[in-house]
Amino acid sequence: MSQPLPKLAAVNSPVEVDLYEVRRTIYPRAVHGWFASWRVALVLLTQLVFYGMAWLTWNGRQAVLFDLAARKFYIFGCVFWPQDFIFLTMLLIIAALSLFLFTAVAGRLWCGYACPQTVYTEIFMWIERRIEGDRLARMKLDQQGYSARKVLLKAQKHGAWLALSLWTGFTFVGYFTPIRTLVAEVAGAGLGPWETFWVLFYGFATYGNAGWMREQVCKHMCPYARFQSVMFDSDTLVITYDDQRGEPRGARSKSADRTTAGLGDCVGCGICVQVCPTGIDIRDGLQYECIGCAACIDGCDRVMDKMGYARGLIRYSTENAVHGGYRERDILRHALRPRTLVYSAILLAVTAAFAGLIYLRVPLKVDVIRDRATLVRETNDGLLENVYRLQIMNTAEQPRQVVITADGVEGLQLIAPRPVDLPAATTLMVPVTLRVDPAKTSAGSHPVRFHIEDSGDASIKADEKSVFFVRK
Amino acid sequence: MSDFSSDFWAVYIALITVVSIIACAMLLYAYSTQRVATGAETGTTGHTWDEDLNEGNNPLPRWWMWLFYITIVFALAYLALYPGLGSYAGALGWSSKSQYDDEQKQAAAQFGPIFDQYARQDLKMVAADPAARAIGQRLFLTYCAQCHGSDAGGGPGFPNLRDNDWLYGGEPATIKASITGGRNGVMPPMGAAVGGEEGVKDVAHYVLSLAGRTHDELRAARGKSKFSTLCAACHGPGGNGNHALGAPNLTDDVWLHGGSERAIMETITKGRGTALAAGGVSVMPAHKGVLDDAKIHLLAAYVYSLSQPATK
Repeated sequence: MSQPLPKLAAVNSPVEVDLYEVRRTIYPRAVHGWFASWRVALVLLTQLVFYGMAWLTWNGRQAVLFDLAARKFYIFGCVFWPQDFIFLTMLLIIAALSLFLFTAVAGRLWCGYACPQTVYTEIFMWIERRIEGDRLARMKLDQQGYSARKVLLKAQKHGAWLALSLWTGFTFVGYFTPIRTLVAEVAGAGLGPWETFWVLFYGFATYGNAGWMREQVCKHMCPYARFQSVMFDSDTLVITYDDQRGEPRGARSKSADRTTAGLGDCVGCGICVQVCPTGIDIRDGLQYECIGCAACIDGCDRVMDKMGYARGLIRYSTENAVHGGYRERDILRHALRPRTLVYSAILLAVTAAFAGLIYLRVPLKVDVIRDRATLVRETNDGLLENVYRLQIMNTAEQPRQVVITADGVEGLQLIAPRPVDLPAATTLMVPVTLRVDPAKTSAGSHPVRFHIEDSGDASIKADEKSVFFVRK
Repeated sequence: MSDFSSDFWAVYIALITVVSIIACAMLLYAYSTQRVATGAETGTTGHTWDEDLNEGNNPLPRWWMWLFYITIVFALAYLALYPGLGSYAGALGWSSKSQYDDEQKQAAAQFGPIFDQYARQDLKMVAADPAARAIGQRLFLTYCAQCHGSDAGGGPGFPNLRDNDWLYGGEPATIKASITGGRNGVMPPMGAAVGGEEGVKDVAHYVLSLAGRTHDELRAARGKSKFSTLCAACHGPGGNGNHALGAPNLTDDVWLHGGSERAIMETITKGRGTALAAGGVSVMPAHKGVLDDAKIHLLAAYVYSLSQPATK
């Protein structure tokens, strides 16, 4: 409840309570350590890719560009067409299976280190710390009334957040409109209405989610946060407080002997709570709010070092390890269990299929559209003709010359342009005619096949089936 | 706009919509707070499953409630701006028709200059331009291929446009006139005039002889006199046809309605293009008003190029 029930109210007299809770601001304390360094490294890596890749060029065009209007998706040397949607599907399956595997092995790794929500929150919190100071300074600032200094600090913070957000929105749109064109459009105030909308929308989403919503996104909006628990089991590495070692917790002087004082290793300093970006106490056990960022591990380890105790009062461990007495070796051995092996096998199979299909992808596609208004017509020589449209797609970025052939019926003649010139990355509609001597075939539908082959490179070919209709 | 004769349904729908939205807002307001007894436990609903699984009763975040209110504001703004409240057209005056017109205008502005550039050129010049032919082919596949076939080879009753045989003339300007104004080809039924089935057969064999097909010499000789009195008016004394009337040349081996003895006899007996009952009407629809002049220009050039040796 946001407002605690008034203590002085008469017993049993009804009171109004809010059914909607006001968000309690969390002031995470800065943390340093092994896991924090990993997160910083991943923030830098993912953002270097995100902000940087849009500027790379490849063969005179943007290296990664999703041209929605032309329905062409450029990724370095490859041009994907809507017909290649299966690859996106496979990529999503691979991403999902990776998530399953990582989660089964070590919990919410994605959430803690790579999720954009975590990454941008981390960047925003870094800016916040640089401007407003660490936890205590920020809490003090928020509690005091408005002063010139407070307004200045808040303006600086939001200004920096908004600038970064706009840059993020701009970069995002730069993957759909060539980013250099976008720069010129912004400079010349010629940004289109939809481009403007998406820059602002994505910028606003970044500002709102990383600046204001933060853990609310993980707790109330993220679907993955809610179904990840089905991938956990007793052998999953999760961030665990070792209560057997830590309890009973309590303050003590560094020189005091904890065993004689009857205390566990937890000194009750509360650092683990102060550093938590979702505002939970990990000592209460695994909770759905925990995004697995390991800030509490880093925080606690520093305290343990200062106290001269062993590290790892809070650590990545498994339920079996804490309550079943597994040793480090057992934990590693149990990483290879049926669940993870099955996930790995499926992941490997799909990844291999994906890589194989990409490797075997032919930059030539064909569709056959049969003329249906006139099923069949007779030439003056008494031969029967069927007409087809071949929709030939050259998905490569260089022009190509192809030869069309057809077979399937005895004595089949093809009347088609030979060879066909296909400009780079275009679809060409080629009407062709097939001719058959009715004396040599029976009435009805006969399967036929069209073959389209590059006139220079026989390995680049596409096949498509259709039917030839012979009237009675 | 309205298909109904009274405004009742429009008002009825508008009322239901507005009342529903207001009810949603009231419900939301009423359930944003709750009266509970002091000190009462509100952490769970009290429902327990599987011995120890308690159903939590945690409050939703406050911003979530504001999202609900925002949807209500959005709904009201939408209903004010766009058609949604019965027959009320909305302040923006948007309709699917107006959107279509806007998109048409946009397309015309974007592609108009390309078409205009060709529209100013002579048809033969356009026909010699591969880029123009490519546009013409796409137009042909969209507007003409249903009858004339994707390869422009025609079909029974629909002329082949690739041979150099023309019902109304193959000059570029004539082709353009055929597309713009359409054509209506009529062959009247001549069965009775030529003297019943035997007479029809005689004339048919004469027509076969004109085209150089196998025929009965005797019947052809008998048919010749009937042809020169009854058929020559349109098809010409030598059977060479008449472009002005759209009467086909009977001496080449190109047949619009079939060149067998049976097909020719049917053509003579029942005529062609006079009525649906007699095998359909031979109509080339007028495309004026369907396509603008610039597109017809490109189409005419494309059709012309199909039978030219240089571009065939």
